[in-house]
Amino acid sequence: MANSTTAKTKAVEPAQPASMMAVIAPAIGWLIPGAGHLIQRRWIRGLLLLISIGTLFVLGLMMQGHIYKANGGDILDILGFIGDLGAGGMYIATLAMNGGQGAIAFAIADYGTKFMIVAGLLNFIAVADAYHIAIGKKQ
Amino acid sequence: MTVQLTHFSAAFVFALFASIVFGITHRETSREMIRYGLYCFVMFLGGALAAGWAMWLVRR
Repeated sequence: MANSTTAKTKAVEPAQPASMMAVIAPAIGWLIPGAGHLIQRRWIRGLLLLISIGTLFVLGLMMQGHIYKANGGDILDILGFIGDLGAGGMYIATLAMNGGQGAIAFAIADYGTKFMIVAGLLNFIAVADAYHIAIGKKQ
Repeated sequence: MTVQLTHFSAAFVFALFASIVFGITHRETSREMIRYGLYCFVMFLGGALAAGWAMWLVRR
Protein backbone atom coordinates (compact mmCIF):
# COMPACT_ATOMS: atom_id res chain seq x y z
CA MET A 1 0.00 0.00 0.00
CA ALA A 2 2.73 2.39 1.05
CA ASN A 3 4.76 1.42 -1.97
CA SER A 4 1.94 2.22 -4.38
CA THR A 5 1.47 5.66 -2.75
CA THR A 6 5.20 6.38 -3.08
CA ALA A 7 5.14 5.28 -6.70
CA LYS A 8 2.22 7.62 -7.43
CA THR A 9 4.00 10.54 -5.73
CA LYS A 10 7.13 9.90 -7.77
CA ALA A 11 5.12 9.79 -10.98
CA VAL A 12 3.46 13.13 -10.24
CA GLU A 13 6.58 15.01 -9.08
CA PRO A 14 8.18 15.76 -12.47
CA ALA A 15 4.93 17.34 -13.71
CA GLN A 16 5.20 20.21 -11.21
CA PRO A 17 8.04 22.29 -12.74
CA ALA A 18 6.87 21.48 -16.28
CA SER A 19 3.35 22.79 -15.64
CA MET A 20 4.76 25.98 -14.10
CA MET A 21 6.99 26.53 -17.12
CA ALA A 22 4.05 25.73 -19.41
CA VAL A 23 2.37 28.89 -18.07
CA ILE A 24 5.41 31.16 -17.70
CA ALA A 25 7.11 30.43 -21.05
CA PRO A 26 4.14 31.30 -23.31
CA ALA A 27 3.30 34.38 -21.22
CA ILE A 28 6.82 35.82 -21.32
CA GLY A 29 7.18 34.69 -24.94
CA TRP A 30 4.12 36.74 -25.85
CA LEU A 31 5.42 39.82 -24.04
CA ILE A 32 8.94 39.58 -25.51
CA PRO A 33 9.28 37.52 -28.73
CA GLY A 34 11.72 34.63 -28.24
CA ALA A 35 11.83 35.03 -24.44
CA GLY A 36 9.77 31.85 -24.01
CA HIS A 37 12.62 29.94 -25.67
CA LEU A 38 15.37 31.89 -23.89
CA ILE A 39 13.89 31.11 -20.46
CA GLN A 40 14.07 27.40 -21.38
CA ARG A 41 17.75 27.76 -22.39
CA ARG A 42 17.11 27.54 -26.15
CA TRP A 43 19.48 30.46 -26.66
CA ILE A 44 20.00 30.42 -30.44
CA ARG A 45 16.35 29.74 -31.26
CA GLY A 46 15.22 32.45 -28.83
CA LEU A 47 17.64 35.03 -30.23
CA LEU A 48 16.69 34.22 -33.83
CA LEU A 49 12.99 34.57 -32.97
CA LEU A 50 13.62 37.85 -31.14
CA ILE A 51 15.61 39.27 -34.07
CA SER A 52 13.19 38.03 -36.76
CA ILE A 53 9.90 39.06 -35.14
CA GLY A 54 11.36 42.24 -33.62
CA THR A 55 12.89 43.38 -36.91
CA LEU A 56 9.67 42.71 -38.85
CA PHE A 57 7.64 44.74 -36.36
CA VAL A 58 10.12 47.64 -36.16
CA LEU A 59 10.49 47.73 -39.95
CA GLY A 60 6.70 47.87 -40.21
CA LEU A 61 6.68 50.87 -37.88
CA MET A 62 9.52 52.56 -39.80
CA MET A 63 7.58 52.02 -43.04
CA GLN A 64 4.81 54.07 -41.38
CA GLY A 65 2.46 51.13 -41.05
CA HIS A 66 -0.85 51.36 -39.23
CA ILE A 67 -1.50 49.79 -35.82
CA TYR A 68 -5.02 48.48 -35.25
CA LYS A 69 -6.74 49.25 -31.97
CA ALA A 70 -9.45 47.34 -30.10
CA ASN A 71 -12.75 48.49 -31.53
CA GLY A 72 -15.92 46.73 -32.55
CA GLY A 73 -15.91 48.15 -36.07
CA ASP A 74 -15.03 46.55 -39.37
CA ILE A 75 -14.27 42.79 -39.33
CA LEU A 76 -10.94 43.44 -41.11
CA ASP A 77 -10.01 45.93 -38.36
CA ILE A 78 -10.76 43.28 -35.73
CA LEU A 79 -8.64 40.69 -37.56
CA GLY A 80 -5.84 43.25 -37.89
CA PHE A 81 -6.09 43.97 -34.18
CA ILE A 82 -5.82 40.25 -33.35
CA GLY A 83 -2.72 39.99 -35.54
CA ASP A 84 -1.12 43.09 -34.02
CA LEU A 85 -1.95 41.91 -30.50
CA GLY A 86 0.32 38.89 -31.02
CA ALA A 87 3.36 41.17 -30.93
CA GLY A 88 2.70 41.56 -27.17
CA GLY A 89 5.01 44.04 -25.49
CA MET A 90 5.99 45.73 -28.74
CA TYR A 91 2.32 46.35 -29.54
CA ILE A 92 1.64 47.75 -26.07
CA ALA A 93 4.75 49.98 -26.23
CA THR A 94 3.76 51.27 -29.68
CA LEU A 95 0.27 52.13 -28.47
CA ALA A 96 1.69 53.82 -25.36
CA MET A 97 4.00 55.97 -27.52
CA ASN A 98 1.08 56.79 -29.85
CA GLY A 99 2.97 55.22 -32.77
CA GLY A 100 1.70 53.35 -35.79
CA GLN A 101 -0.64 56.08 -37.00
CA GLY A 102 -0.14 55.00 -40.61
CA ALA A 103 0.49 57.09 -43.71
CA ILE A 104 -2.17 56.57 -46.35
CA ALA A 105 -0.17 58.55 -48.93
CA PHE A 106 2.54 55.86 -49.27
CA ALA A 107 1.90 52.44 -50.82
CA ILE A 108 4.87 51.08 -48.85
CA ALA A 109 3.07 52.03 -45.60
CA ASP A 110 0.51 49.32 -46.39
CA TYR A 111 3.38 46.83 -46.49
CA GLY A 112 4.41 48.15 -43.08
CA THR A 113 0.92 47.46 -41.73
CA LYS A 114 1.13 43.88 -43.02
CA PHE A 115 4.66 43.46 -41.60
CA MET A 116 3.38 44.29 -38.11
CA ILE A 117 0.38 41.98 -38.39
CA VAL A 118 2.60 39.13 -39.62
CA ALA A 119 5.10 39.80 -36.80
CA GLY A 120 2.25 39.35 -34.33
CA LEU A 121 1.00 36.17 -36.00
CA LEU A 122 4.53 34.73 -36.11
CA ASN A 123 4.84 35.47 -32.40
CA PHE A 124 1.68 33.44 -31.76
CA ILE A 125 3.41 30.49 -33.47
CA ALA A 126 6.57 31.09 -31.39
CA VAL A 127 4.46 31.16 -28.21
CA ALA A 128 2.86 27.81 -29.16
CA ASP A 129 6.34 26.40 -29.82
CA ALA A 130 7.57 27.60 -26.42
CA TYR A 131 4.57 25.87 -24.83
CA HIS A 132 5.33 22.62 -26.66
CA ILE A 133 8.92 22.73 -25.41
CA ALA A 134 7.68 23.40 -21.87
CA ILE A 135 5.36 20.38 -21.83
CA GLY A 136 8.05 18.17 -23.39
CA LYS A 137 6.29 17.64 -26.71
CA LYS A 138 9.30 19.14 -28.51
CA GLN A 139 13.01 19.21 -27.71
CA MET B 1 12.89 57.78 -38.95
CA THR B 2 11.28 56.17 -41.97
CA VAL B 3 12.33 53.37 -44.31
CA GLN B 4 11.42 53.14 -47.98
CA LEU B 5 11.79 49.58 -49.23
CA THR B 6 11.22 48.53 -52.83
CA HIS B 7 8.63 45.84 -53.56
CA PHE B 8 11.35 43.23 -54.01
CA SER B 9 13.33 44.16 -50.90
CA ALA B 10 10.09 44.12 -48.85
CA ALA B 11 9.32 40.64 -50.21
CA PHE B 12 12.91 39.55 -49.48
CA VAL B 13 12.87 40.80 -45.87
CA PHE B 14 9.43 39.24 -45.28
CA ALA B 15 10.52 35.89 -46.76
CA LEU B 16 13.76 35.87 -44.74
CA PHE B 17 12.26 36.50 -41.31
CA ALA B 18 9.08 34.46 -41.82
CA SER B 19 11.22 31.51 -43.01
CA ILE B 20 13.44 31.70 -39.93
CA VAL B 21 10.40 31.55 -37.62
CA PHE B 22 8.75 28.77 -39.67
CA GLY B 23 11.97 26.74 -39.66
CA ILE B 24 12.42 27.02 -35.89
CA THR B 25 8.81 26.34 -34.95
CA HIS B 26 7.84 23.63 -37.45
CA ARG B 27 10.75 21.18 -37.17
CA GLU B 28 12.50 19.22 -34.42
CA THR B 29 16.23 19.03 -35.16
CA SER B 30 18.62 21.82 -36.18
CA ARG B 31 19.32 20.23 -39.55
CA GLU B 32 15.61 19.90 -40.33
CA MET B 33 15.02 23.49 -39.20
CA ILE B 34 17.64 24.84 -41.62
CA ARG B 35 16.33 22.73 -44.50
CA TYR B 36 12.71 23.71 -43.89
CA GLY B 37 13.67 27.37 -43.41
CA LEU B 38 15.50 27.39 -46.76
CA TYR B 39 12.55 25.62 -48.42
CA CYS B 40 10.11 28.23 -47.06
CA PHE B 41 12.40 31.08 -48.14
CA VAL B 42 12.64 29.76 -51.70
CA MET B 43 8.88 29.17 -51.83
CA PHE B 44 8.06 32.66 -50.49
CA LEU B 45 10.43 34.49 -52.84
CA GLY B 46 9.89 32.12 -55.78
CA GLY B 47 6.13 32.44 -55.35
CA ALA B 48 6.34 36.24 -55.36
CA LEU B 49 8.52 36.21 -58.50
CA ALA B 50 6.26 33.67 -60.25
CA ALA B 51 3.15 35.70 -59.37
CA GLY B 52 4.87 38.84 -60.68
CA TRP B 53 5.70 37.22 -64.01
CA ALA B 54 2.18 35.73 -64.22
CA MET B 55 0.70 39.21 -63.80
CA TRP B 56 3.09 40.53 -66.46
CA LEU B 57 1.85 37.81 -68.86
CA VAL B 58 -1.80 38.52 -68.08
CA ARG B 59 -1.27 42.23 -68.71
CA ARG B 60 0.14 41.63 -72.22
